[in-house]
Amino acid sequence: MHPTSRAFPENAHRALGDAILQQSLGIMMRQGFAVRRAKVVARLPEFEALREEARALKDHVLEHLDFYLETFERNVKARGGLVHWCRTAEEARATVLEICRAAGARTVTKGKTMIGEEIAINDHLEANGIKPVETDLGEYIIQIRREPPSHIVAPAVHLAKEQVAESFRRTHRHLDPARPLDEPRQMLDEARAILRQKFLAAEVGITGANILVAETGSSIIVTNEGNGDLTQTLPKVHIVLASIEKVVPTLEDATLLLRLLARSATGQEFSTYTTVSTGPRRPGDPDGPNDYHVVLVDNGRSALMGSEMQDMLRCIRCAACLNHCPVYGAVGGHAYGWVYPGPMGAVLTPTLLGIGEAAHLPNASTLCGKCESVCPVKIPLPRLMRHWRERAFEQDITPRATRWGLSAWAYLAERPPLYRLVSATAARVLGWLGRGHGRFRTLPLAGGWTSVRDMPAPEGRSFMSLWTERRR
Amino acid sequence: MSDARADILARIRDGLKRGPLDEERTDMLETLLASHVRSLVPDRAKTLDQGARIALFAAMAEEVDTTIDRVASMDEAPEAITRYLAQRNLPARVMVTPDPKLARLPWDRTTLEIGRGVAQDGDAVGVSACFAAVAETGTLMLVSGPASPTRNNFLPDTHIVVLGADEVVGFYEEAWDRLREAGAMPRTVNFITGPSRTGDIAQKLELGAHGPLRLHIVLVEHGAQARP
Repeated sequence: MHPTSRAFPENAHRALGDAILQQSLGIMMRQGFAVRRAKVVARLPEFEALREEARALKDHVLEHLDFYLETFERNVKARGGLVHWCRTAEEARATVLEICRAAGARTVTKGKTMIGEEIAINDHLEANGIKPVETDLGEYIIQIRREPPSHIVAPAVHLAKEQVAESFRRTHRHLDPARPLDEPRQMLDEARAILRQKFLAAEVGITGANILVAETGSSIIVTNEGNGDLTQTLPKVHIVLASIEKVVPTLEDATLLLRLLARSATGQEFSTYTTVSTGPRRPGDPDGPNDYHVVLVDNGRSALMGSEMQDMLRCIRCAACLNHCPVYGAVGGHAYGWVYPGPMGAVLTPTLLGIGEAAHLPNASTLCGKCESVCPVKIPLPRLMRHWRERAFEQDITPRATRWGLSAWAYLAERPPLYRLVSATAARVLGWLGRGHGRFRTLPLAGGWTSVRDMPAPEGRSFMSLWTERRR
Repeated sequence: MSDARADILARIRDGLKRGPLDEERTDMLETLLASHVRSLVPDRAKTLDQGARIALFAAMAEEVDTTIDRVASMDEAPEAITRYLAQRNLPARVMVTPDPKLARLPWDRTTLEIGRGVAQDGDAVGVSACFAAVAETGTLMLVSGPASPTRNNFLPDTHIVVLGADEVVGFYEEAWDRLREAGAMPRTVNFITGPSRTGDIAQKLELGAHGPLRLHIVLVEHGAQARP
C-alpha cells in the first residue's frame, strides 16, 4: 500500500469527525482488550516477573541473533523444510511468487500476517495472476473492502456491522440479495461457508509466525478462529512468512512469550489455537503439506542491530500499546497511514519508511508512558519516539515554525536566570491583560490551544518565587 | 539467494560490532539450548496433585466454553459421546481418528454410526484422542501422526476429545518434557483452548469462526495408560 503517514494531521482530523469510527473506538477503549487484559493480569501474580524475563530473553536472542537464525535454519532443513533468506520486501515477494508458481497455484489462502502486509504480498500475487484469499475474518473483511488493517490484532475493529453487511452483499453476489444480514452471527456463518471452500481449493497456504523456535526449526502461530490451521494443513504447500527477530532458542522460551502474548493482546489466558509446525508431512501422516517453506525477511531489521532502535526488535506484535494509547484511541489505526499504527507503529514506521516519510508519527503521542508500562517485553516506546523527534529535528524535517520555537525555548532553558526573567515578565503581563475575565479566549501563537478551550490567566506569584521563600 | 543469507548475517554482526562467534561461545550457546532452561512457571500450576490438577484444568477449560463430561473408564466413552450428541440434537454419525486408544473402545455398544480416518468437509462430528492437556490454561495438546490427522481437529462443527486423567499435566514445560520423551518432534502440535471464536465483526464474540463451534471433552478418570 502507498503510505499516507505524511498526511497524519489531515488523516487524524478526518478520523475525529468520523462518527462510526469514533463509536467503534469507544467500544474498544471502554470495554475491549485493555479491560480484559487488566483482568487476566490481576489473576497472574507472576506477570511482572514474566515481563522482565521476556525482556531478558529477547535481548539475549538479539545479542546472538546470527547463531539462533543459523540454528533455526539447520533444524528446518533437518526436518525436510526450506529456508529462504530475503534482504528486502522485493526479494521476499519474488520468493513467495516463485514458490506459488512452482506449485501451480491459482488460489492462495492466507492466515493473518503483518509482515505480509509490510511487504504487500497480496498486491504482488494479484498482479501476477494468483488470487490471495485472506481467511482471518477481520482480514477478509478489509480485503474485500480494499482497506488496510486499522489494528495489528483486530484489523477490522474500526467497522460497524452495517458496513460489513454492505460489503458482504456487494461481494457475495451469488447469494440471495434478500437474505438477512443484521447480526454478526449471520455474517460469520456466511463468511465461514464461503471461506471453507477456499481452504479446500487452495494450492498454497501462507501464514505468518508469532515465534520461530531454533532448537526444533518450528514456526508457531496463534489464532482464535482456526483459520491459520486450515490455511497450513489443507494445501499441499505451506509458506511461513517471518521476520528475522521472531526466533527464540527453545520451546520453553516460546512458552514464556506465549504466557504473555494472549494476555497482553486480547486479555485471554491463552489464545484458542496455538500451533507448532515443524517441516512438511512425515511418512505415514494422513495430512499436512508436502512442502514447508520459511521465508525469512530482513527488510531493514538488521540495520537496527546495535542502534538505539534495537529495543524495538523485541516487539511481539501484541498491540497492547495500541489498546492503551490515548492517541490511537482517538484517531484509530488508519490515520497513521501505513501498516503499523499506535506507539509501536510510531517507532517502527520511521525505521522502515524513513523519518522523512513518517516524521509526524513519533509526535502523535503525549509521551504519557502507558504503552511502555503495558509492553510485555518492556520496550521503552516513549524514549524511542523522543529519539525519532530528535532525529527529525537534526535532519531539518521538523517544520520551520516548530524548529524556531524549539530553538528559542532551548536558548532560554539553557540560561536559567534569563528563563526566570522572561517567564516572570510574561506571567505578569498575561496576568495584567487577563485581570478582567481571568482567562483568554484567544492568544497569539496559541490558536491551536485556545480554539477548543480557554487559557487561564496567570495569577499570584510564580512557583520559583514561592519555592525560594519556603526554603528560607 | 545465498548472498542474501551472507549479507543478512554480516549486517547483524556489523550491528553487534563483532565477527562470527568463536567456538567457545558457540559451545556455550549449544549447551544452553540443550538444557531447556525453564523460565518462571505460574504458581497456580505448580506442585498440584492429580485431583487439583484436573480441577484446575476443568475450571480453566469451562471458562472458555469447553464442555466436560466425566466417566470412570475408557469403555464408557462411546456411551457418553452418544448421550452428549443426543442431548444437543446433533447427528449420531462421528468421524473417529484411527488412534489405537479410540479403536479399541466398545463402539458397538452404541447406535452411533462410526467413520474412521481423515475428516472431510461435511463431517459434522469428530472424535480425537489427546496427547496431553495443560491445567494451567485448560488447554488440550494434540499431535499429528499416522493415527491422528490434524484436519480432524478443525473441520467438524463439533469436536469431541477423549482425555485420560493421567494425560493432564500442570504446566506447559511438563508437556514439552512428555513430548521429548515420546520421540521426534511431530509435524504439528495443536494446543486447543476452547472452541473456535472471533470478535472481528463489531467486536461481538461469536463461537465457531472457522474451526469447531463446540469443543467437548470426555474426561476418563482411569485413562488410557491406566487401562489394564
